[in-house]
Amino acid sequence: MAVVSTRSGRLGNRIAIAVVIVVTLIFLSPIYWITTTAFKPLVQATSVPPSVLFEPQITPFVKLFTKRAQLTAPVAPEVYEAAPWWERLVLDGGERLARDGKGEVVFSAYPDRFINSLIVAITSTILAVSMGTITAYGFSRFRVKGEADLLFFILSTRMLPPIVVAIPMFLMYRAVGLNDTHVGLIILYTAFNVSFAVWLMKGFMDEIPKEYEEAALVDGYTRMQAFFKIVLPEAATGIAATAVFCFITAWNEYAFALILTNRRAQTAPPFIPSQVGTGLQDWTVIAAGTVLFLIPVAIFTFLLRNHLLRGMSFGAIRK
Amino acid sequence: MMTTLSPTSRAATRGWSDITIRNLFVIPTVAFLIIFNVFPLLYSLGFSFTDFRASSKDAANFVGLQNYADILADPVIWRSFATTLWYVIVSVSGQFVVGFGLALLLNRPIPGKGLLTTLLLLPMMLSPVVVGLFWKLIYDPSWGILNYALGLGKTAWLTDANLALYAVAITDIWMWSPFVMLLSLAGLSAVPKHLYEAASIDRASKLYTFFRVTLPLVAPILLIAVIFRTMEAFKTFDIAFVMTGQPQAELISSRLYKMAFAQWQTGPASALAYIVLIMVLCITNIYVKYLNKAKER
Repeated sequence: MAVVSTRSGRLGNRIAIAVVIVVTLIFLSPIYWITTTAFKPLVQATSVPPSVLFEPQITPFVKLFTKRAQLTAPVAPEVYEAAPWWERLVLDGGERLARDGKGEVVFSAYPDRFINSLIVAITSTILAVSMGTITAYGFSRFRVKGEADLLFFILSTRMLPPIVVAIPMFLMYRAVGLNDTHVGLIILYTAFNVSFAVWLMKGFMDEIPKEYEEAALVDGYTRMQAFFKIVLPEAATGIAATAVFCFITAWNEYAFALILTNRRAQTAPPFIPSQVGTGLQDWTVIAAGTVLFLIPVAIFTFLLRNHLLRGMSFGAIRK
Repeated sequence: MMTTLSPTSRAATRGWSDITIRNLFVIPTVAFLIIFNVFPLLYSLGFSFTDFRASSKDAANFVGLQNYADILADPVIWRSFATTLWYVIVSVSGQFVVGFGLALLLNRPIPGKGLLTTLLLLPMMLSPVVVGLFWKLIYDPSWGILNYALGLGKTAWLTDANLALYAVAITDIWMWSPFVMLLSLAGLSAVPKHLYEAASIDRASKLYTFFRVTLPLVAPILLIAVIFRTMEAFKTFDIAFVMTGQPQAELISSRLYKMAFAQWQTGPASALAYIVLIMVLCITNIYVKYLNKAKER
């Protein structure tokens, strides 16, 4: 009896593992598809039947960073010879690079948007995590009257639908000239992330034994010294995990960026879809822009893998 | 705010007092959140009683509750609410089935389990708008991989009035099932092993063990996952907005966006925003209640 049940159990296990692997492959296939599209020659990106085998090339990435125009006449061989390898890739596709008066290659808007995304996400992360950490320490170590209500209020600001907040923010920012500025977006992302940072960091702070600081206080440290020299180093992992979560949220944010920025401070999320349907729809370039944008998040997800549960449950479930 | 600080606290006598530090650490953040979240909402509450249009220079006229009355009488808005409700049901139940199912399959010793789990969790970390965009590529009626792989001919997923909402829901299920899976796995791994041993000694069937042992113990954490996803699905904007312009698939957030920033009906849009806000706060309240319960365990 026992033997039979283990055998059927083993078979069950094998089937389960096979199903898990198949499902994982299905789950990853959209990401695989967009990634390969970014390396496909233009004709193969939208070919029927879809091309699985192709010669990978980086032309889409060259196109992503440059402004181009259709070639009206074939290029002279000497011009082609003189062109650098990346320009030849574009020429091979029947397009030429746009150049300014001095003959310099004109960059597309993508690098600017990408840099905007970096500026806004990094700055707002630093602000949100700093504020979140000290506030979490305050809630963790001292008695605050109405603590539960305050914490609920803090979390509820995170749950507000972005469009609902964006309507008054748009009017207020317009009144004070913060529309389409980095500062405006940074403030909003900080406000959005700080509530999350408080909740997550409070969990990490609660785990640091109070005795550590008490010992330091007995040794003659002031409370501030104890906080900076004892508590912060102990909380380093938690701070790093919180920072990565805040960064990803700010990096991915779309609604506020769509409404509150349009050119100077626009980040990549509203920019990338705006390129769909402008003139010739070159999916390889859109895919290239998407892949570059997703790389930081993929790396961070991998680094964060042991903290995902905690972050996703606002620190409530710690495993 | 008051404090009860032990009079023997050494910190109270050296450097800044604990009360000062607590106030310094807590008050600025709370004030910041009030200025950038509560104040704007009060500001738009004011607008919700006017006919203000942000695109014109005309001064706002007070119209009382007219905006709220108009919204509640507007069939387009009712349809958006109904669409949103149906979207929430389809998408959250889909995420529940796929996510919990995956967790049940993964809840056993599997070689390379950590890597598999991390790979499965990738979709939920990606930007919804970018996800929407590359699913558009997959759904393309003429050369999309989905129609080809499933042999569906030229099915126009995102422009068909009957299909668009489901196409968006499928993308959302792809993106967020991993979240349900993550929480379910945590719940499943917390079920004490001796309960299963006891059940097998009692010759309980697998089905009986699942419904009488596993499910009751995992239920609280599943509930958190479902409430959170319900709240998020209700607020869905980016994914649906970039994927389809189908009026039949218009979610309430997209309606709100169009009213506020395409038609510039700032007053009525503020009123609708308030109705949505109250709904979200109700769900948030329930969510936090269960979150705190999970914390106490």
